[in-house]
Amino acid sequence: MEKTVNNYFDDLRNSRVWRSIFRSGTGASTLHRSLAIQQNVFLHLFSTKVRRRMLGFSATWYLGTVTFGTFLLLVSTGILLMLYYHPSVPQAYSDTKDLQFVVSSGLFLRNLHRWSAHAMVFLVFAHMFKVFYRGAYRPPREFNWVIGIILLLITLLLSYTGYLLPWDQLAYWAITVGSNIASAVPVVGNRIHFLLLGGNAVNANALLRFYVLHCMILPLTAIFFIAIHFWRIRKDGGLYAHQSEPPESRARALAARGVR
Amino acid sequence: MDEKKTQETNQELDRRAFFVKLGLGSLSIATAGTAVFGYQFLSPNVLYEPSPVINAGKPESYPIDSVTLDVNSGIYIIRAKEGFFSLSAVCTHLGCLTAWKPELGIIACPCHGSKFRQSGEKIEGPAPKPLPWKRMWISDDGDLMVDRSADISPMQYVRI
Repeated sequence: MEKTVNNYFDDLRNSRVWRSIFRSGTGASTLHRSLAIQQNVFLHLFSTKVRRRMLGFSATWYLGTVTFGTFLLLVSTGILLMLYYHPSVPQAYSDTKDLQFVVSSGLFLRNLHRWSAHAMVFLVFAHMFKVFYRGAYRPPREFNWVIGIILLLITLLLSYTGYLLPWDQLAYWAITVGSNIASAVPVVGNRIHFLLLGGNAVNANALLRFYVLHCMILPLTAIFFIAIHFWRIRKDGGLYAHQSEPPESRARALAARGVR
Repeated sequence: MDEKKTQETNQELDRRAFFVKLGLGSLSIATAGTAVFGYQFLSPNVLYEPSPVINAGKPESYPIDSVTLDVNSGIYIIRAKEGFFSLSAVCTHLGCLTAWKPELGIIACPCHGSKFRQSGEKIEGPAPKPLPWKRMWISDDGDLMVDRSADISPMQYVRI
């Protein structure tokens, strides 16, 4: 019998090296397909089985997935931008200009980072509106909604801290205004302002602090909460589908809408 | 015999409870200590910021009825008929740098539209307070000096 391309793939997937990495092995059986999800460190966060309908566009409009996609895009372009950017007062602005005019593909990467950032803020809100109007925030998913709020705040903080880094007039005054808003907090406002900027005015310390927040602390915190957010989808009973909710929560939802 | 055993068990539990309390207590102290150290670490002890005291040059260089903005230090040097005074140019709303509008005779903030008189009084806008007057004096060399860190009450002109 002549070998098809699929046969070659099967041979590869049955090889010793492959099997040492992916232990589930080949096969179209439910067991094999379940193991492929369960035994993968990334995929095991998700449900082993999902209704086909829930993977269609209309169920979620893929808003959460696309938001995560922009996050991955931002991490990868951001790491590349870090290779040419020095977070210091004399260099920050000229490095930004170098990225635009001197570095090969620098303009493309910087614009991709900027547009993805705008898109991510927009998509986070779109995702939350979709979840809210479908009622998918209701018990037993209420804690995942709270995680979502934390992720919204991290997204906005990432956007805000990234805004200072080009070190132009727009950035400087936006951070001056923004950090002065923080000092409106009762009693400890001025201390927060001082700690945030590492001084009394937007200066070298503030630039470095915002850089560390933007490139290390906030992305790591985001990854931590994103992992919990994905895992909770499975733990809270999968993606929200009204028809498959437990009878009591369906009744509660209908009562809330005034339907008997 | 039984009684003795119960007593021993009680003692055993007491000892365990004691060590649990000791452990939790030390952990709380360590946590509080870490919070204090963390706070201290995050607040810089030395700041490499420009000095708050500004040398604004010779008084003669300012014409009468003039308002001069020093962009780098964020202050106005104003020579009115009554004498010299210095005004903070930093908006009391959210810290933007204001600008003198000679055609209108007012100080205006570009960020959110606050307006002030030449004397610092608030005319309108989101700013909650007037622009503060800064301490000004004449140095031994005859230069105008301003201390940006010292607010004074208005109408204290420096006369020459």
